[in-house]
Amino acid sequence: MRPLKRLLLYLVLVLGAIVCLTPLLWMISTGLKPVEQTMTVPPTWIPYRLYAEKNGVRTEIKPADVDKYPDAEIVKRFAPRWSNFGEAIRAMKFFPMYLKNTLILCVLTVIGTVASSALAAYGFSRIQWRGRDKLFVVALATMMVPFPVTMVPLYCLFRWLGWIGTLKPLWVGSFFAAAYNVFLLRQFFMTIPKDLSEAARIDGCSELRIFWQIILPLCKPALMVVGLFQFMYTWNDFIGPLIYLTNQQDFTLALGLQFFQSQQGGTEWHYLMAASALVALPIILLFFFTQKTFIEGISLTGLKG
Amino acid sequence: MSRGERRNLWLGLAFASPWIIGFLVFTLYPVLASVYYSFCDYDVLSKPLWVGTLNYRDMVTDSVFWQSLYNTLYYTALSLPLCLIVALLVAVLLNQSVKGRSAFRTIYFLPSLIPVVASCMVWLWILNGNLGLLNIALSWFHIKGPQWLADEKWTKSSLILMAVWASGNTMVIYLAALQDVPRSLYESAEIDGANAWVKFRHITIPMISPVIYFNLIMGIIASLQTFAQAYIMFSGGALGGGGVAFRAGGPNRSALLYALYLYQCAFDFHQMGYACAMAWTLFLVILFLTWVATRSTRRLIYYGGE
Repeated sequence: MRPLKRLLLYLVLVLGAIVCLTPLLWMISTGLKPVEQTMTVPPTWIPYRLYAEKNGVRTEIKPADVDKYPDAEIVKRFAPRWSNFGEAIRAMKFFPMYLKNTLILCVLTVIGTVASSALAAYGFSRIQWRGRDKLFVVALATMMVPFPVTMVPLYCLFRWLGWIGTLKPLWVGSFFAAAYNVFLLRQFFMTIPKDLSEAARIDGCSELRIFWQIILPLCKPALMVVGLFQFMYTWNDFIGPLIYLTNQQDFTLALGLQFFQSQQGGTEWHYLMAASALVALPIILLFFFTQKTFIEGISLTGLKG
Repeated sequence: MSRGERRNLWLGLAFASPWIIGFLVFTLYPVLASVYYSFCDYDVLSKPLWVGTLNYRDMVTDSVFWQSLYNTLYYTALSLPLCLIVALLVAVLLNQSVKGRSAFRTIYFLPSLIPVVASCMVWLWILNGNLGLLNIALSWFHIKGPQWLADEKWTKSSLILMAVWASGNTMVIYLAALQDVPRSLYESAEIDGANAWVKFRHITIPMISPVIYFNLIMGIIASLQTFAQAYIMFSGGALGGGGVAFRAGGPNRSALLYALYLYQCAFDFHQMGYACAMAWTLFLVILFLTWVATRSTRRLIYYGGE
């Protein structure tokens, strides 16, 4: 590639990267500022404190009071307000409960999804039975049904069971394999040679043991992908908690954050951004620790098309 | 059926049973009930009352329904092509031998990773008409930015902007597909003197066309059901009167997406029957658009094996 073209390529990439990152940096920056620095023109990117220095004595001053110290030297120092995070948590009232609920749901849905999808995928791939492939076509067809179609009857069903206002509607379903995950794992299970199961069967190994001791260990990466995506889904899910949860103490982080925003009506941006960063941070950390699984997983979902 | 076959049948059914039970309880029953409710007047508290096709006929005369359908189609028609093109462009650029490729990939992917509620909070702040970062940035170029969230002409653009910003997922799928295109194809094209555009148009596009098609179909399905962004950005907060239910959807309902109106009908107005009828209509719209997309791209998709 010619140098000019290369330069252009990098220029476009860097500009795009700036566009991608700016909102995230702005979230963090605002989350670390005192409230009076959140609404300045031009915008303040780096939270600061002002000091008046005179005869070696430094006193903190407010930006409005700068004129009161005509003979002092005004010093600007980088000063992130970490206390915003604690204050935001307190302002949200039930933040620890939100976190607890979210974690309970994440753990339960990850266990439920991985266990049930693996079992079902095994049944759909490693055992030959009459009607299997026809039933699997039905499973694929269910992926077409959009959520709004089943939304109302599911709500009525859970209401009839007395589960509205509890976490149950948000995790019980995950123990009954969703077709999408079954499909993903089935693709994976089918790549394992048949002879492996046959040999084990001849040795008198039970089907459950073949599943547990031979197939599952070979499919760890795929199970990781399914579990990881389920964790993300549960953490981020908004409409589910919105429909089923009624008491503030039962909210998840996602719903709790939105509730906090709707209550304070858009004035205390520093708290709102600090709280948003707290909700986003675990997902970002999770991504950095599992990056490889992550990218592979997304590629996997795309390439089956 | 032999003994072995019968044994296998029971074993298979046992393993598949989580899905089978889930299918019966969480898919088949709700789908059937949804069809039934769509022909009923149903408010959850009292029993569903059969009203025939009344819900569907009501929809024809409900101007809010038409507006929400228009909003959603408008949103999809602009955001989906934009997302697909921007993501492809970025993926192609990142598929070059650039320094820091994985860092760039991570950066472009990050926005789609942020929980939608959290990213909506930042965008609420950035798109603020008076003190928002975007309008301040525009003012440097002597452009007076609009009231993104309060002006009905700009609310849908705000949602589209957010969708494009968060299209990193699509980009990663493209990138994986691009890496599977055999190098030899490009090399032999170069020997024949093909330039970058010709290579892109006649090698890259055909080779990844199944993935473009996949992203298109997934995009149609997801985009038509967009809910959270519209709900969070335009549910209005605690200020102002009238209750959240009647203000949802932004100024003049300009950001009232279909799924948002459907949710309102079900859970704010307690018209479960009407909501079900709307859901089936949405399903038909999705099926129709998927069919159109499949038909119109069928000739253009290249599957390696054929």
